[in-house]
Amino acid sequence: MTLDFSKGITEFRWHGRGGQGVVTSNQMLGKAALAEGNYIQAFPEFGPERTGAPVRAFLRISKKPIQVYAQVYAPDVVVCIDPTLLDVVNPAEGLKPEGTLVVNTVNEPTDIRKKFGFDTGKVVTVDASTIAMEVMGRPFYNMPTMAAAVKFTGIVNAETVINEVLGRYPGKVGELNKTAMERAMKEAKVG
Amino acid sequence: MTSVERVPEDQIVVEGLTGDAAIAHALKQCDLDVLAAYPITPQTIIVEDYQKFAANGEVDAKVIPVESEHSAMSACVGASAVGARVATASASAGLALMWEVLYCASGMRMPIVFTVANRALSAPINIHNDWSDTYGARDSGFIQIYCQSGQEAYDTTIMAFKIAEDHDVLLPIIVAIDGFILSHNVERVEMLPTEAVHKFLGKRVPFIALDPTKPITMGPLALTDYYFEFKQQQIDAINAVPDVFKKVEAEFEKMTGRKYGMFETYKTEDADIILFTHSSPGGTAKAVVDALREQGEKVGVLRLRMFRPFPAKEIAEAVKHAKAVVVFEKCLSFGAPANPLAMEVRTALYDLEKRPMVTDFVIGLGGRDVPPTTIVEGYEKTKEYLKKGKAPFFETLGVRK
Repeated sequence: MTLDFSKGITEFRWHGRGGQGVVTSNQMLGKAALAEGNYIQAFPEFGPERTGAPVRAFLRISKKPIQVYAQVYAPDVVVCIDPTLLDVVNPAEGLKPEGTLVVNTVNEPTDIRKKFGFDTGKVVTVDASTIAMEVMGRPFYNMPTMAAAVKFTGIVNAETVINEVLGRYPGKVGELNKTAMERAMKEAKVG
Repeated sequence: MTSVERVPEDQIVVEGLTGDAAIAHALKQCDLDVLAAYPITPQTIIVEDYQKFAANGEVDAKVIPVESEHSAMSACVGASAVGARVATASASAGLALMWEVLYCASGMRMPIVFTVANRALSAPINIHNDWSDTYGARDSGFIQIYCQSGQEAYDTTIMAFKIAEDHDVLLPIIVAIDGFILSHNVERVEMLPTEAVHKFLGKRVPFIALDPTKPITMGPLALTDYYFEFKQQQIDAINAVPDVFKKVEAEFEKMTGRKYGMFETYKTEDADIILFTHSSPGGTAKAVVDALREQGEKVGVLRLRMFRPFPAKEIAEAVKHAKAVVVFEKCLSFGAPANPLAMEVRTALYDLEKRPMVTDFVIGLGGRDVPPTTIVEGYEKTKEYLKKGKAPFFETLGVRK
């Protein structure tokens, strides 16, 4: 018996490391979805809160109030913001066959497909690390990776997400993030 | 009762808030006189946010940053005794340290609102969710209400003052949310204009207050002569809660269109099996019911909100037609034949002529995730037990054995 516990809900899972802004970007995307009239749940998996340790965060977006309160086991979208995690975790685990896998990497979508045996759905790659260093001069690659996810999932408008980011980081930091996000949306590859 | 009107939609503010922040925003609007608290994970955001409101001059309340939770509840009792509107927040070990003073708060009939982000008790140290902390305070004389969502936590916190401060009640009240699962989960929350909340609550009118110009003593000593009579009065007070709760909620519904009840029933009318739980698993159980109903299963959910006083008669009425009631609870009573929630349910159903079978599953201790599949497992097991006509007193689910 196959049971669908998340009908009408789009579910995200994020992978990153403590300190890289997984919790923040998850909340920003959630708040952007909220601004577009959706119900949301945005929550991290809290473990020992160590900088550099693998962390996960979860997001649910729905037109109707969300009842289920549990971690996401069969995501529609997986976003992996740290390239070094690809040898540590399998981001494709549980990902729906028609789902989207978004990875911050210098590699091509075909390489990622081969590495994780994910041969359906969509794979999006973006070199967010380089973009972040070149635009912001610091390794803030959560926002450009999120931008690639926003572009290729189409669940939330890019403009709404950028507005959230500008609202949270007014001034120069916000503008730099915006530039990095726009560049990521241009350079991201899908395959 | 004050007369309230429906708040127009354009005056409602929608924000993405964690469960803790939703409670902090509610407290901000409730015109507190005193908040005394000591921070502890996972309720910290409540106190932090409220302190921020106080530091920014957004609230008039006196915030007392005490040195321990024992002092926090003591300060609340003192402030409440002079007639102040008072709130605090805690969890786990912090709540445990308040233990002695919880009974003072209820015995002295102080309408303190106590918000809790439920967390497991040590040892081993664990910051995550289960219900051991507030279930431990089960017999302390506090009213206890458990919330599923951020919206419900916001709404219930506001209503809590009006219930507690009613002169037919005058008891402290716990408003609980699941630690991390809700306390740190950003959800959509609709907030009322502050003036509407003020109008709804009014000012606290103390039944009697400490006043240096008319000195009295509260809660000093009652031995064999009168102690028992004080306890009898507490029985009457807590028995008055359901009527007051219904009155307050009816008014809140007039203002917001929202109501929750002492418990929520979901697709129970024709259900053979009723899942029985509260807080976040109460939501998950509804998602499970939707999925199982698509397979033709006749199943529903009773999501409890009010654990104290336990609405035993109403619950018996709501589930008496079912073949089985499946209890899911995040607490153990070591060595007991069943665990706190199932004991309540079995007692509530005992006098029925035809009793449903009651199964008891302990889940999610120390924050172990409770996926829908865990709820399905308890449901499937109960179906098997129904066939056999016999079930164990309780089982644990989702644990390595």
